[in-house]
Parts: sequence; C-alpha cells; structure tokens
Amino acid sequence: MNTSAFEPWNDPEAKPLIHFQNVTKRYGEFTAIDNLTIDIYEREFYALLGPSGCGKTTLMRMLAGFETPTEGTIHLAGQDIAPVPPNKRAVNMMFQSYALFPHLSVWENIAFGLKREKMPKHDIGDRVEEMLRLTRLEKFARRKPHQISGGQRQRVALARSLAKHPKLLLLDEPLGALDKKLRQETQFELMDIQEKTGTTFVIVTHDQEEAMTVASRVAVMDHGKIIQVATPDRIYETPNSVYVADFIGDVNLIEGTAKPNGSDVYAMSWHEGHAPLAVQSPNGFSDGQKCHLAIRPEKVSISADKPETADNAVQGKILDIAYLGNISTYHVELPTGAVIKAQAANTRRIARRAFTWEDTVWLSWTATAGVLLAE
Amino acid sequence: MNRMSWFNAVSLTLGFAFLYIPMVILVIFSFNESKLVTVWAGFSTKWYGELLQNDAFLNAAWVTLKVAVFSSTLATVLGTIAAYVLVRGGRFMGRTLFSGMIYAPLVMPEVITGLSLLLLFIGIGLDRGVFTIVLAHTTFSMCYVSVVVSSRLVTFDRSLEEAALDLGCSASEAFRLVTLPIIAPAVISGWLLAFTLSLDDLVIASFTSGPSATTLPIKIFSAVRLGVSPEINALSTIMISIVTVGVITASLVTKHQVAKQKREEMEAVRS
Amino acid sequence: MRRYFLIAIPYVWLLALFLVPFAIVLKISLSDAAIARPPYFPQFDWAEGIAAFLAELDFENFVWLTEDDLYWKAYLSSLKIAVISTFFTLLAGYPIAYGMARAPAEWRPTLMMLVILPFWTSFLIRVYAWMGILSNEGFLNQFLMWTGVISEPLTILNTNSAVYIGIVYTYLPFMILPIYSALERLDGSLIEAAEDLGCSRLSAFWLVTVPLSKNGIIAGSFLVFIPVLGEFVIPSLLGGSDTLMIGKVLWEEFFSNRDWPVASAVAVVLLLLLVVPIVLFQRNQQKQQEAEQ
Repeated sequence: MNTSAFEPWNDPEAKPLIHFQNVTKRYGEFTAIDNLTIDIYEREFYALLGPSGCGKTTLMRMLAGFETPTEGTIHLAGQDIAPVPPNKRAVNMMFQSYALFPHLSVWENIAFGLKREKMPKHDIGDRVEEMLRLTRLEKFARRKPHQISGGQRQRVALARSLAKHPKLLLLDEPLGALDKKLRQETQFELMDIQEKTGTTFVIVTHDQEEAMTVASRVAVMDHGKIIQVATPDRIYETPNSVYVADFIGDVNLIEGTAKPNGSDVYAMSWHEGHAPLAVQSPNGFSDGQKCHLAIRPEKVSISADKPETADNAVQGKILDIAYLGNISTYHVELPTGAVIKAQAANTRRIARRAFTWEDTVWLSWTATAGVLLAE
Repeated sequence: MNRMSWFNAVSLTLGFAFLYIPMVILVIFSFNESKLVTVWAGFSTKWYGELLQNDAFLNAAWVTLKVAVFSSTLATVLGTIAAYVLVRGGRFMGRTLFSGMIYAPLVMPEVITGLSLLLLFIGIGLDRGVFTIVLAHTTFSMCYVSVVVSSRLVTFDRSLEEAALDLGCSASEAFRLVTLPIIAPAVISGWLLAFTLSLDDLVIASFTSGPSATTLPIKIFSAVRLGVSPEINALSTIMISIVTVGVITASLVTKHQVAKQKREEMEAVRS
Repeated sequence: MRRYFLIAIPYVWLLALFLVPFAIVLKISLSDAAIARPPYFPQFDWAEGIAAFLAELDFENFVWLTEDDLYWKAYLSSLKIAVISTFFTLLAGYPIAYGMARAPAEWRPTLMMLVILPFWTSFLIRVYAWMGILSNEGFLNQFLMWTGVISEPLTILNTNSAVYIGIVYTYLPFMILPIYSALERLDGSLIEAAEDLGCSRLSAFWLVTVPLSKNGIIAGSFLVFIPVLGEFVIPSLLGGSDTLMIGKVLWEEFFSNRDWPVASAVAVVLLLLLVVPIVLFQRNQQKQQEAEQ
C-alpha cells in the first residue's frame, strides 16, 4: 500500500466509481431525493447518515436497482445503470433484516448467489470456504439461520453479499439489530473486512457514532438533500451548517452578528454588555451578518477563576451536572439566560470535585475552538 | 392463572361434551349388532363388512377421491397464483373486480354457486360428470386457498425476495427458490383445506354432477333422507377416524417442530 | 408481459366460472318460464340486437315471488332462523371461548385443536349424527324418559327446534374461534386494573372483557349468520315439511318443480338479502385490521 493518505476525492484526475447526476425521486407528491449529485470513489467506505425519512434508504435502493430515479442518471464505473435490472448489477446489498433464507443452511445461503452465475461446483466450494474463513463462520456452515446468534447472522449476511465479488456493497443499517457492545466490536470487523477485500462499501445508518467510526467519508442527509460530505473529522470539527453541527454530537450554539477582524478572524457580538467573542473561521461573513458560533462542550474549559490567557471567557452559574463516569458535563447558565455545556474529565474522585451546583464559574475557549456558521 | 374457576371448567366440559357426544354415539352404534340404530344389541363389525360389499358406496367413494385430488391440486395452483397476484401484483386493470371475485365465493350460498354453474354447463352444452364437478370444486376452493396463502404472503418479509434478486435471481427463480419453499406450509394447508371441502361438498356436487358420477356425500344424503342406518354409521366412523388421525398427527408434528425451533434458537443465543 | 399472463390465469378462470354463470342466473331470472326452458343460449340472437333482447326480459318472476306468499314466508323464516340460531350459538360459544382463553397456556393448543377437529369432519355426518339423537326413539328421549323428566317421547326431529340444535352444533366452531382469538389477546392486567379501581368480578367482565371482545363477537356472529341464511342440508335433514328456509325452497324449485326462472329469481333475491350483512361484515373486518396496524 502506498503511504500517502487515501483521498481520491481530492484528486481531480480520479474517476468516481459511482456518479449521481441531478437525481430526483418522487413518490406522487412526496420528494424522497431532491436533485442530488454525488461521487463515490473506489475502495471508499461511504456512509449515508441522516434521520429516518431523509432519503438515505431510497438512495441506496436506487443503487441496488429496486427503485428507479424519476429524473437524473446514475453511473456505475462510467456506465448508466438505469436499464440494468437488480439481478444483473455488479452491486450487492446487505439487508437490514439480513434477509437470510430460512430454509437454507449458512453454506447454501453464501453459495446462493454463486450458483446463480453458473460458477463451476468446486469453485463455489472454494469461494464459500473463503468467505466462511473471512467471517469466522467455519463451524456454523451446516446450521440453519435460526440456529445461530444475531451476531453470526449478521456475518452470514455479509459473507453472502460479498461472495459474488461485487464492485459495490450496500449495507442497510447493518448493525442496527445488534446490542451496543457487539455493535462496537462489529464496526471494527466491518472496517477490517472492507480493507481486506478492497470492495467499495456504502453504508446507510442513523447512528452518527457508527458512521464516524467506520466511514472514510460521511454524507449527512436531510429531506432528500445532501447537506455536507466530508471526512468524519471535518464533519465534526468544521460542520458547514447549524443542521450538521447539531446532528453530529453535542454542540453549543451562540447567536450573534459577525464583524470581520483580519483574515478569517471575526469578532462576534452576541449580547449587549458582553465583550464580543473572538472566532477564527474559514467560512466568510460580511460585516453585520447574522451568524452562529458552534462550539463543542469538550472544547470549553471550566475554572473557578478567570483564566488570564484565554481568547474568550464568560462567567456563569452551574445549573446541572451530568456525571457520566469518565467525564462530567456542566450546564452553566450565563447572565443572559443562555445555557452553555462544558465537559471536563473526572480526573479526581467525585467526592473531591472542584465544582458543585450553584457555584459561579468561568467558561473559556480559544478562538479556533469553534466555527462560525450561517443560519 | 394456573387454576381454573369452576365456571370455566363447567363451560368447557359442557361445551366439548356437546361437540363430541353426538360423534361418539355415532361411532359406538356403528358396532351395534342390531339394525335398529338406537337399541344396543351387542358388539359386531358386520356393518363394516356390508359396507365393503356395497359397490355403489365404493364407486361413489372412488369418484369423490378422484374429484378431490384433481380439484384441490388445480385449486392450489390457481389459488396460489391468485394470492401472489393480489399481494404482489401491484395495480392492474380490474384489480377490485378480481379481489371481489376471490372473496365472493367464500360467502356465496352453495345453492347459488351450484345453480349458476349448472346453468353455465347446460348453456355451453357440457355433459355433466366428474369433469364438471372438478371445475366447480376448483372454482370455489381456489378462493379458500388464495385466502390462506395470501394471509401468509402478507407477513412475508419482502427483503427475502429482494435479496434473491440482488444475488442474481430472475423474478421466477426468486419465486421458485425462495418464496415458494418458505410459504410451502401455507400452500399445503391450502391444499388440505381444498381437499376436505371437496370431499365434504354435497350441494354444489348435486347441481353439477350427472347420472354418470355420484359422489359419496350425494350417496350418503339420499340414504340418510330415508332415516338412520348402521351402514352410514360405519362409513361415518371410518371418515371420522381418518380425519382425527390426520389432524392429531399434523398438530403433533407442528408442535414438535415449533418446540425444536425454539430449543435451537435458545441454544444459538447461549452459544 | 409475463406478469399479465400470470394475472390472466386466475382472472379468466373466475370470470368464466364465477361471474359469467352468475350473469346467466340473473338473465334467466328475467326470462319467461316458457322461453326459459333449456337451451337458453339461442335466445340471445345477435341479429335481433340488444334492444329486442332487453324487451323480452321482464320482472314477471320477481312479481311472482311477491305474489306467492310461500317465498315471502321462506325469506322471513330464513331470517328468523338465522337470527335466533346466531344468538344461541353466541350464547353457547362465548363461555367456551372464554374458558379456553382462561385455561392454562399449555392446554390451549389442544383445546384449539378440539374445536377445529369437527370442522374437518364431514358436515353431512355431523348433521346426520343428530338424527339418531333427536328422533322419537332416539337417545335424547330415552335419556329423558329414563331420568323421569318426561313420560311420553318429545317430537323434536323434523321440527324447527331440531334445526336450531343442528345449526348451533355445526356452526359452533365458527363462533368460538374469533371470540377466542379476541379474548386470548386480552391483557389480563386490564381486568386486574378494573378490579383495582373498584369493579366487582362481574362488572369487570361487562365493562372490560365484553367490550374488548366485541370484534370477535361481531365476526363470529356474521360467520354464522351469513351461511345459515342460505343453508340447505340442515333444514332438509332435521327440519320438517313446515320448516321453510330459502335454500331448501330454491333446491325444491329447481329439482322438484323444474322451474328454473323462478329458482334463479329466488337465488337473486337471496343474494340481495345477503349483501347487507356481507358489507357490514367486510367493514367490521377492515376496521379491525386498521385498528391493529
């Protein structure tokens, strides 16, 4: 493997594996996908993230061939796939319910797709054994789906959809049916398998943590539109809208008006009688434009005395403390009535905690900690 | 609630006594020596012997069996297609009429179904016999099959069919390799239902049969009109025994399978 | 293309063997007795056209039905018998369904099978079984005389009472099953909640259990009422010469009197009579389905 980072989306020469061009899908009056254009590159692990009903499942079903776009075209490896029926597409899907055939054994389930393409018998055997090894299911080959556990079923579904060497694998909420602990283990397994097989994965999920963990790029969707496509860290650190900032993780939003103060540096006035907040942000704003400062709770420090060097500091009173074991989240009410959340690691035992309810504290953060967003 | 109240115990006892005592009496008196059905005169199996000598009954039984096998098989094929079309066919011209025609025969009085089919057969000059009874029985029992199969198809996880398509099946392969094996129990019970309906039917068969083909119910009906006879009791006993053995076996087999599946699922979770 | 072929197979079958025959019944019911003697089909002559064909149709047979009070009485008595026997079936079926639903869970499949078993047994045989019980020298009379309740045998067979008994007996499973499935789903804690809130056992039953099994009661009643209206076997085996039921009248009109147009007219009116309960039944089922979703 080459050592340079895997970022084909930054390479103007790279040809996308999948290209959606102005795709719209309507069901009667309802628009499920609204004039959408995206590119997905080979070997990518691409996550479609959004609340239920945002159109992510429709998007995936159009790739599988179960839905056809009302307008626009979808290209797979440079070829328009509109006329290709689902059973002729080099695309396989792992279903949310797994859709394992209950009357067939694990082995037969994995071999199902291979038999359809008339592969020679011993080749089928070899390929199925290979998939069983990859998903660590060798011991369960003869069992029926109801004789194995939920996690094993999930792996059978994965093995079955990968067996045909698809150019593209679609995963519809692949971990939704597993309990939390198993889900976290399986996330890494999925990434591992994706890397080993080099298949392009498109995953649909409503679980932001899952999307952030597994994906090379995350597409945040809402109401049939893509709001932002970026790597997980970019999505988290520099969301492009209030919607994305709010959807991914926990965030404090402070409303105000921008005043340019040098290149990419702004002074945001947010409340009369308070000093403007210093923000460094790549998004351009004009003088007096309304904006929101989005800042993550873990980037806000909490202290008893006013820190001397901080770019921004405000005083407030502790309203609530959510103790989460490793960290605590402090809900601090400012004199303006706004509540800001700040997180601090619990490095000391709880009995020796520095702050408690009703304490007056200082909150502080640096100019680069937050990001300025338009409405 | 592990102990039943006396009220529930009494109502269950009386209820099942009401359901079963008439049949028990029927069976007991098939072994009666006397021709008089209501007076016990000692144990005998002579009526069974006489029944086996009675060619008219044996012929009728043979005709009934033939009709039942043909019509239930045909009805199962047609009814399964109809159910599939209703549940999966999407919209098509005249869908409402179609589903109406599927459900109407279920509530149509048999006398009307029989009369209308007879008038059709006369109208097109079809000689009445085994063939016309098969046509008639297929028509009404395919609707029962279709109801049984479509109630299974409605709960069928559609993603199983999509998975089959996704893995390279054509639509007909997906039906043959995935849908049909999974709905097979419903198709089989549809067939059994059609089979018993055909065995049982008196009214429609009376309208649509000709002199050449008399079914067992027609034969029994004309014998019974003249009064109770021990031969009929013997025949009834045979039919009741077959059904009882069949139903009990079927329910034991299902019970066993359900228990096995549950056990295996428990084991899978534990492992 | 393939899809339409698939739809066409059952569709054409039902058109040819269900809808067309029914249209023929309708047509013959509007024909004259003389013309309507077989064969019927040449009667529709394309050369004469539809107008001439329509001109020949008349409602004579339906008028005849209203004039001869036999038919009126038969319809009314069918309705009466169906209503009364549905009521008795409900009365007999509800306690059984209730007892089944309250029985220990491991008994229920067996009890269920015991209710379904008679359904698979020949209808004719189950009706026949009562002939030996209800006749003058039958078991019921023997038993009653032995206990000393009566000294003279009662005449039950070939009366309407025998018809009621036969109907309740043969249609009981149809009543029990829907009520049982409604009662079985009923959450036991609802009764406990009602008693906790001050209901007595009996008022909890009337105020909670019965309303919640209403759909089962309605479904069961229609499942009994609708087929009983057109019943033929029970009145002809257990009923007497004075037992008037429309199914029996139709049969006799057809097989004994050979008056096909009148038989067809009787069929048409019977069907009209059935439309109301069938529509009500359908609506109830639909409502129930929607409620479950």
